[in-house]
Amino acid sequence: MNDKEEKRQIIVPGETIVSGDEYLPGEGARREGEDIVASKYGIVDISEKLVRVVPLSGVYIPRRGNNVIGQVVDMNSAGWNVEFGSFVQGFLPISEVPFYVNRNELREHFDFDDMIFAKVSGTNGRSIDLSIKMRNLGKLDEGMVVRVNPHKVPRVIGKEGSMVNMIKDSTGCTISVGQNGFIWIKGEKIEDEVNTKKIIMYICKNSSVKGLTEKVKTYIEKDLKLKIKEENGN
Amino acid sequence: MAIKSKFTKRSDGRKFDEAREMDAKVGIIPSADGSAMFRSGSTIAIAAVHGPRILHPQHMQNPKKGILRVNYNMMSFSVDDRIRPGLSKRSQEISKVTEWALSPCVDLEEFKGNVVDVFIQIPQADAGTRAAGINAAAMALAHAGIPMKEMASCTAIGKMDKTLAVDVSKEEEDFSEGEGSTDIPMCCLSRTKKISLLQLDGKISVDELKEAIEMGKIACGKINEIQAKALKEIE
Repeated sequence: MNDKEEKRQIIVPGETIVSGDEYLPGEGARREGEDIVASKYGIVDISEKLVRVVPLSGVYIPRRGNNVIGQVVDMNSAGWNVEFGSFVQGFLPISEVPFYVNRNELREHFDFDDMIFAKVSGTNGRSIDLSIKMRNLGKLDEGMVVRVNPHKVPRVIGKEGSMVNMIKDSTGCTISVGQNGFIWIKGEKIEDEVNTKKIIMYICKNSSVKGLTEKVKTYIEKDLKLKIKEENGN
Repeated sequence: MAIKSKFTKRSDGRKFDEAREMDAKVGIIPSADGSAMFRSGSTIAIAAVHGPRILHPQHMQNPKKGILRVNYNMMSFSVDDRIRPGLSKRSQEISKVTEWALSPCVDLEEFKGNVVDVFIQIPQADAGTRAAGINAAAMALAHAGIPMKEMASCTAIGKMDKTLAVDVSKEEEDFSEGEGSTDIPMCCLSRTKKISLLQLDGKISVDELKEAIEMGKIACGKINEIQAKALKEIE
């Protein structure tokens, strides 16, 4: 194993990332003459000439297609207002719900303070539209929700869900990860849920380390003394 | 300069183009979306950024873009004589000029109807608090992941009698011999080298002012290096 904990290049706004006509500016970057300049503070990601800056911190910015976990804070006859830790509230209209809703009885389905797992179906200007017309989306019953830095969510999920599957295999909990940094955990025993939370917090703490999967594996096996079962639930 | 001053060194032994010892740190306030500390000599500024978030009162919302709101405050015991807590004419003015100094850096087009709140606290003051405040705020804004065109660095150029000096301390600011002292806080952007803040309090000739601005630009470049270093050393 490589003991050196390599870290990737961090860039500050206004700095030149690379120069050359062949590069394309992606999110968080812009072109100024020959140079690709950072417009955000974060980690540089260059893949096939596309230069992006991945932010390290800050508020979650919703994007179309993201799955988010939020809490019902208000409702009217058209739908529910959902707060999901961003600078705008989401709106879940009754037309985006896969069942019939009586306009006068919205609370029957989602009451105040209920947690909802939803998909961002559109970001038109000042409002975010949500939808739960897909499998696995909907109300989250029981379990617990932990909140992490939204920029560390990709680390929690891992490559093609490898990390989250490893956690599932070790604790046997059901985990739903929202891109907004809310993670819902449900297990049979409260200890399982607490262990899952510990692992997630460990990942977030060591998110910038290379070879994270191996490190988390040893953490699960040595520190928490859990076994990673090789059966795959999904 | 026409007449060279009789001084060869400053009271604290610095050269005339030498800033005080500086120190910067990012991510000092966990509850904020972005935060930073900037120290220059014994002047300390702490900045916290919250947002973008929904702006209240609603009538202040701009439907075209997000707004920047800066709140500068000196803590009661930051100076020798206790300051009455709360808003003062001075703190309101500095809040406003800081806002204007930082707004050319940030790009809030995406955050319609939202606000980015910047809170600057001065726990310890020894002149140049607005400069330290702007430096800390620029770092905190970057740390909060706000889209920014470039960074902002700020310093104060002083003129004591006929001598120009970078980053004046309180003692130098109170200089009263000869022509007295002139204080020129200026904020310089990191990439375009544009000046986003230039204030002047005292007497100065046009040539001297030009020279002071050149000195300030060099000093701001050095501050920017410290800011960038602090941002890159995170975690």
